[in-house]
Amino acid sequence: MRTTNSLRNFNVRDKGAAIWSGWNRLQRTSFGIAMILLAGALPFAGNYSFSNFLNTPISNFADVLIYPVGMFVLMSLGLNIVVGKSGMLDLGYVAFFAIGAYTMAICGKWTHLNTWEILPLGIAFAMIAGVLLGIPTLRLRGDYLAIVTMGFGEIVRITALNTQKIGGPNGMANVPNPPSIHTPLGVLDFNIMTPNSFYWFVLVLILLTIWMIRRLSVRRPGRAWEAIRQDEDAAELMGVPTLKYKIWSFTLGAGVGGAAGVVYASKTLYISPDAFTFNISVLILSCVVFGGIGNIWGVVLGGVFLAYLPERIRFISNARQLVFGLTLVIIMNFRPDGILPRKKREKLSSPAIETGAK
Amino acid sequence: MHTLISQFWQLTFSGAVQGFIYILISLGYTMVYGVLRMINFANSEIFMVGTFATIVVSRDILGHQPNSGDLHGFTLIYSMLFCLIASMLASGVTAVIVELVAYRRLRSRGTNRLAPLISAIGMSIVLSESVSLLTAGRATIAPEMLHKSSLFTILGANIRVDQLLVFIVAPIMFFGLQRFVNHTRLGKGIRAVSMNEETAKLMGVNLNRVISITFLIGGLMTGAAAFFFETVYEATKFNIGFNIGIAAFTAAVLGGIGNIRGAFVGGLTLGLLETYASAVLGSQWKAITVFIVLVLVLLVRPNGLFGEAIQQSRV
Repeated sequence: MRTTNSLRNFNVRDKGAAIWSGWNRLQRTSFGIAMILLAGALPFAGNYSFSNFLNTPISNFADVLIYPVGMFVLMSLGLNIVVGKSGMLDLGYVAFFAIGAYTMAICGKWTHLNTWEILPLGIAFAMIAGVLLGIPTLRLRGDYLAIVTMGFGEIVRITALNTQKIGGPNGMANVPNPPSIHTPLGVLDFNIMTPNSFYWFVLVLILLTIWMIRRLSVRRPGRAWEAIRQDEDAAELMGVPTLKYKIWSFTLGAGVGGAAGVVYASKTLYISPDAFTFNISVLILSCVVFGGIGNIWGVVLGGVFLAYLPERIRFISNARQLVFGLTLVIIMNFRPDGILPRKKREKLSSPAIETGAK
Repeated sequence: MHTLISQFWQLTFSGAVQGFIYILISLGYTMVYGVLRMINFANSEIFMVGTFATIVVSRDILGHQPNSGDLHGFTLIYSMLFCLIASMLASGVTAVIVELVAYRRLRSRGTNRLAPLISAIGMSIVLSESVSLLTAGRATIAPEMLHKSSLFTILGANIRVDQLLVFIVAPIMFFGLQRFVNHTRLGKGIRAVSMNEETAKLMGVNLNRVISITFLIGGLMTGAAAFFFETVYEATKFNIGFNIGIAAFTAAVLGGIGNIRGAFVGGLTLGLLETYASAVLGSQWKAITVFIVLVLVLLVRPNGLFGEAIQQSRV
C-alpha cells in the first residue's frame, strides 16, 4: 500500500505551479513561447531519429496529430468548461462536434462560403444548439442532466442518419478544403498533402481556447462556475444567477465543440453519422477525467495521451481497444483525480461535492 | 397511424414483452444507483456477457445446434432452466468483478464522482473488446431451443410461446426481487445503505458486502434479461449491449433512477413507447421519440415518474 500511497500523493501539478510562481515575467514568457514552438514543431518529429519513437505505425503521424490528437484536445478543453469548471456531467458533447461538422459540409457544398467564413457560423450554430438545449435541461441535476445530454447526442446523430438530404447513412463527401492563406513567410496551403498547416491551425484554436478559459476563470464567470460546482444551492443563495452561468458554460463548451467540427469536416473531406457516436462523447469525457478534471494542462495531457495511445499501438490492431480500456481502469484506480489534478486547495475546500456525499 | 390502430393489441403485447426485458436490465442500473449514487456504466456489457453465456451453455455444453430442431418436454425445460441459471450467474459474477475492479478502491477512497464512472467505462471497453477478440467481432447465432409457434390469438394479437414466457416469468422475477428488497434482512441492509451510508455503517451493516450483493442482484436480473433476449431474438454480438443498455438506462431514469418500482413503470413505458413509435413513425425514429418523451417527462418531473429512492419503495 505504501508505494501506491506515495504515487497518489505525488502531485506534479503543485510541483509545476511552485516552479512557475518562482519565475519572473521574462522566464514565463520565454517558457511559453518555447513550449508553443515545440508543439508547433511536432509534425516534424517523425523525421528525425532522436524523436521518431513518437511516430505512429500505419497511420500518418501528422494526420494523427490533427485527428484524433488535436481535435480531442480541443474538444476536451471545451468539455472541461462544462464538466470541470462548472461541474455538470455532459454525455452528449459529440452533438456539438457533429453540428459544427455538418454546418461546414452543408455550407461548404451548397453555398460559396469558404471554411474561414463558415467557422464562425459553425461555432454560432453549435452555441445556439447549446442554448436551446441548455435552457430547459440545465435545471436538472447530476445524472439526470447526463442522460438528457446523452439523448441529445443521439438525437443529433439519428437525425443526420435519417435525413436523406444530407446524405443519410452515407454521409457527405467532397467537403471543400479551406482556401490558402498568404502569410509574410509564404503561402499556407490546406489540402490533403499539407497536414502540417491544418495542425498549426488546430494549434492556434487550442491556444485561443486555453487563453479564453484562463481569462474567464479569473473573472466573474469563472468564480460563478467554481461556486456552482462546489455547491449550487449555496451559490444561488449568495446571489449567483446559477442558471445563467450554467447556460453560459454550456454554450461556450458547445462553441468550442462546433469549431472542432468545422475543422474536422474540412480536413477529412468526408463526414458520416458514424463519426459522431456516443463513444466519442465518452472518449472526450475520459480525456477530461483521465488528465485531471478542471485543470487545463491535465486535460490537454489527457487528450493527447488518450488520442495518441490507440494510434501508437495500432500494430497490435485488434487488442488496442482492450489495452485502452485497461489503461483507463488502471490509471483511474491509482490516480483517481487524473494525471495532473487541479489544485489541492480547491479540492480540500469542497469535500461534499468531490466525494459525492448524499 | 393506421398500423397503430389496426394492430394495437399486437403492438401492445410485443411492446410489453420488450418492456419486461428492459425492466430487468434497468434493475442493474437502478439497484447500483440506489446504493452508490453512481451510474453502473458497465451494465450493458454485463448484459452482453449474459447473452453469450446463454449461447455457450446451450451450444457447447448441452450440445444444441442452430438447426438441430426444437426441443420438447423434459429436455426443453431443463435446457432452458440451465441456460437461464448460467446466464444469470455469468452476469452476476461479472457484475461483482466490475464492482471489485472499477468501484471498490475508488469508493473506499472517497474521490470525485467521475473517477469511478471512467473506470467503469474502461471495464466496459475491456469486456466488450475481450469478447470481440474471442468471437472475431462476428455475430453469434443461438440454437433455437423453443420453437416460436403462435399459441393463440387474443383481440387479434398473435401470442407466441417465447414472448409469453417472457411475459409471465419476467414479472415474477421482478416481484420476487421487490419482495427480497423489502422483506429480507439483506434487503433491509440494501435499503439502509441507500438511505444513509454512514449511518448504516455505524449500525453494523457490512458496507462492502451489501454493495457487492447489490451488484450481484443487479447482475442476476440483467443476466435473466439476457436469457430472455436470446430466447426471443436468438443472436448476439460483442456490442449488443450498447443500444439496449442505453434504452434500459433511459427506462431507469424515466421511472426515477434508484427506485425499483420506477424501473418497472419506466421499462414498461419505454417498451410500449418504442413499439408504438416504430409503428407510427418508422423504426428509425423510435430512439428519438423515446428521448424526446424522456426530456418532456424530466421537465415536468425532474426526478422521473417515481422520483424516490429504494428506501421509500413499498409494495
